[in-house]
Amino acid sequence: MSTRIDPEISPDAGLAAADQAVLEIEDVDIVYRTSGGPLHTVRDVSLRIARGESYGLVGESGSGKTTLARGAVRFLPSNGSVTKGRVRLSGTDLLGASQNEMRKLWGARIGMVHQDPSAAVNPAMRVGNQLDEMGRTHLGMSKAQARVKSLEMLNRVGMPDPEAVVERYAHQLSGGMLQRVLIASALTTDPELLIMDEPTTALDVTTEAVILDLVQELLGSVRHAVLFITHNLGVVARVCDTVGVMYAGEVVEEGPVKTVFKQPLHPYTVGLLGAVPRLTAGKADLELVAIPGFIPRPDALPPGCIFAPRCPMVIDECRAARPQLVDVGPGQRSSCIRWVDVPEEAERPRPVRDTSGESFSGYGRELLEVRDLKKYFKGRGAGKGRSAAVKAVDGISARVTEGFTLGIVGESGCGKTTFIRCVSGLEEPTAGEVLLQGNKLAPSVTDRPYDALKKIQMVFQNPDVSLNPQRTVGDIIARPVQQLGAVPKAEVPQRVAELLQAVHLPQAYAARLPQELSGGEKQRVAIARAFAAEPALVICDEPISSLDVSVQASLLNLLAELQRSAGTSYVFVSHDLAAVRHISDWIAVVYLGRLWEVGPTARIFEPPLHPYTEALLSAIPIADPEIERERVRLTGSVPSAVNIPSGCRFHTRCPRKIGDICEREEPPWRDGKKDHSICCHIPLAELAASQRHALDGMYGSADAVGSAAPAPADTGVGDAEGSSTGSDTGAEVGPDTGAEAGSGRGGS
Amino acid sequence: MLRYLLRRLGLIILTVLAASLIIFAITQFLPGDVARLIVGQFATEQAVENVRVELGLDKPIHIQYLNWLGGFVTGDWGQSLTSRVPVRPLVFDRLWNSSWLAFLALLFYVPLGIFLGVLAALRRDKPSDSVITAFGMTFAGIPEFVTGLVLISVFAFGFKWLPANSSIAPGATFWEALPQLILPAITVSLVSLGYITRMTRASTVKVMDADYTRAAYLKGLPRYQVLLKHVLRNSLLPTVTVIFMGIGWLIGGLIVTEQVFGYPGLGRLIVGAVQKQDLPLIQASSMVVVTVFAISNLIADLLYVVLNPRIRLQ
Repeated sequence: MSTRIDPEISPDAGLAAADQAVLEIEDVDIVYRTSGGPLHTVRDVSLRIARGESYGLVGESGSGKTTLARGAVRFLPSNGSVTKGRVRLSGTDLLGASQNEMRKLWGARIGMVHQDPSAAVNPAMRVGNQLDEMGRTHLGMSKAQARVKSLEMLNRVGMPDPEAVVERYAHQLSGGMLQRVLIASALTTDPELLIMDEPTTALDVTTEAVILDLVQELLGSVRHAVLFITHNLGVVARVCDTVGVMYAGEVVEEGPVKTVFKQPLHPYTVGLLGAVPRLTAGKADLELVAIPGFIPRPDALPPGCIFAPRCPMVIDECRAARPQLVDVGPGQRSSCIRWVDVPEEAERPRPVRDTSGESFSGYGRELLEVRDLKKYFKGRGAGKGRSAAVKAVDGISARVTEGFTLGIVGESGCGKTTFIRCVSGLEEPTAGEVLLQGNKLAPSVTDRPYDALKKIQMVFQNPDVSLNPQRTVGDIIARPVQQLGAVPKAEVPQRVAELLQAVHLPQAYAARLPQELSGGEKQRVAIARAFAAEPALVICDEPISSLDVSVQASLLNLLAELQRSAGTSYVFVSHDLAAVRHISDWIAVVYLGRLWEVGPTARIFEPPLHPYTEALLSAIPIADPEIERERVRLTGSVPSAVNIPSGCRFHTRCPRKIGDICEREEPPWRDGKKDHSICCHIPLAELAASQRHALDGMYGSADAVGSAAPAPADTGVGDAEGSSTGSDTGAEVGPDTGAEAGSGRGGS
Repeated sequence: MLRYLLRRLGLIILTVLAASLIIFAITQFLPGDVARLIVGQFATEQAVENVRVELGLDKPIHIQYLNWLGGFVTGDWGQSLTSRVPVRPLVFDRLWNSSWLAFLALLFYVPLGIFLGVLAALRRDKPSDSVITAFGMTFAGIPEFVTGLVLISVFAFGFKWLPANSSIAPGATFWEALPQLILPAITVSLVSLGYITRMTRASTVKVMDADYTRAAYLKGLPRYQVLLKHVLRNSLLPTVTVIFMGIGWLIGGLIVTEQVFGYPGLGRLIVGAVQKQDLPLIQASSMVVVTVFAISNLIADLLYVVLNPRIRLQ
């Protein structure tokens, strides 16, 4: 289950190949012709990738990564062209090649893996036929030969049951399986250059981990040159040898992954690394460093250094002339003229809030209580015509007090979104109750009084669709102020102005339409709208998932800030454990409609862990190439909520399954230290013992977890108590007094 | 799949039943007394009454409806009031003629429309695209009686290649009737051509921009292979549906074109029947048109399912 790959497989091969550049890009400019004039989207970019080298190209969206890759292989939209420079593939000039010559290179010598696997596979063609095309077109194979080759390739990428898979259509395969198909397809011809454009971005974190393992394994065995495009620094740290950081169409820093991540010498790289939430610190300990401002448009570049307007260490000379990439260390280049000073600046203490010890300062008055919530959807089952219930949420209880954040994590399809939709009244639960400040709420939002609506507000995942495109930002925010806020009409503009200020948007934005705003700004408007009614509880459904890292950081900071000033509670749903860790006081881990582990945030991140939590944690790619981790991988995807596995629902994928008991009996809740509970057949002490070693590596040495892991003695008590009860009623999550927690679950 | 098929079939039957109710209701409100129409203005009241009883017109309205519907289903469509011949052979004769015209028109405009649509999509935003789109729009906008008359004056009176009158003789075979079918078929085609072209262009453009098409190009597949295997298979789906939904219109809706060419199709039959208040004929031919509409819609739906694995295999 754990595949360990030595990152330095045969270093001699790497050295010997170093001179053999597979892809050479020299001084390339790429221009798009638009109605508003030419856009110089990529400027003066040079990079080379040697045989066996994996080059990671990172940067925020809009930095020109994909354009560069497409331009290099001559696959730009018709209004784009490479206007300057040279591109060579093992000596072959690509820019001078005709379309026909390029077509012969595509697929044969250049392999491509695309971002969204479910969109990159033709929905109307069997997967096998699509795979066979590679062998038939490039290797001159007959239909039968090509099929043999396709099956062999599927085996190589670890596809279970290839014979069945080739007969399927795209919609019958999961995202992870489709990405395997695409990787198999790209590798069929054993191309010299493999371009992977955000190959795991569209996947769940657990699937991403498995695909990254595969990529790493394949890269170890095959001597391709790889261009790996991603916005995720953790992914680069895991699979790449070299990293190039792109910003607004230029490479601003480049070098070996280990060097650059250890000592970045460009402020932008420092900023990107600082913006990533850590698994080791929460909002109380650490403010994330967001990079202020946005990427400039290619037609509105600042004079001098393009990063100067957003740079914390800018000086007058930066604005004078466009800096060049200069060698700053072995293999490392930076375009910052103050690169010598960067390490010192980066070392500057990050804004740490002094809350020593009191990371969670006790519980306020109870705000929200959810009792044994269930939501079954009617669905047609796999069986012939029989309809079976889809048990999306199958008994979840929760409590939220004032000024408190409950984080809910789980893979997609685990029921977390359905749960909060039921809480907010957007879905009517099948069973269970939602109580707000002790009063039972109507199941449907349309039946709830204005006062209840005002107190519970939502922030949705995608601000592009949650903001009305026809209304100005001012109108969008003013509406809940008027409708729910009971503010006299004359004071509405004043209140809107305050809200804009609270989410750090300029006042002038009130007159703009959502389409004129960036993704992060739109989400700020959505947050301002949620806060307009002065709610007691804001439910955030993956509020930062569709945004860039640096923007994510600033939004997490904003949410934390608003909570401090307004005392609002959050229910924060995400698949991103690091983000949840950052913002939450309590965390609930959800799988197949039930809770499996609940507790104060710090407890969730130290042993004992539920095996599912352990797998989720292990799956996160961490932006530190030095960290080597024991890997816990989940096989397959979340089972359908129609045919829920017997016994422990997680047993089909559990890496720590202990035997028949897991399939037969529902596991008991076991209470650990300080309100921490886990639902598992394995006693907590045993879990803790087997996990302690694994977790040592997880966080790295620098940011060791503050408090010690709970002593086995503590958990022992919990075991005795917890084991005595079953969990038919589902667990409860939320801040209870210790006594209540004990009686709620452990008591008879 | 079978479940789906049965459900669709049930819906179709419901549709036709609902239409039958409407048709029957409308014919009830038509001015004039059927019995009086049959026996003539100068017949005695008694004679009229006799005919009423004979036709069942003295019975309550719902019994009349059920009798009529039962007759229609069992094939007893009654007698035409004006020509005193059984309605059924008359309607089927015209339906047959209409099918020929529809078939020939489809043969013209479907391949041509798809071809032009794909061509326009491939040459997106280039002059040929604009020309194709502009012509399609123009022809779709010109009424059939204008194109019909222009075609007649050019090809029938000018070049004398084809007959101006399309009143084909009863009992003529398809090949004998072919010269008379060509001009009306072209007239009908020109209206639908623009529509099919635009549909095809739009869906092809969308599919050309899809990730899987890009992926197919970047696999290094030859252009024609990308087009045939990856693009068309997906982009023609909506077009196929539209084509089949158009069949109902081709069978029962060509009133103007048939009038211009004097073509003995179903459309003209209905118009004539309405003018002469020939109730059994109106009812029967309307029901046939409704049934054709329903069946071609059903076929369109089923084809969509068969051609689309995402639905087929669910």
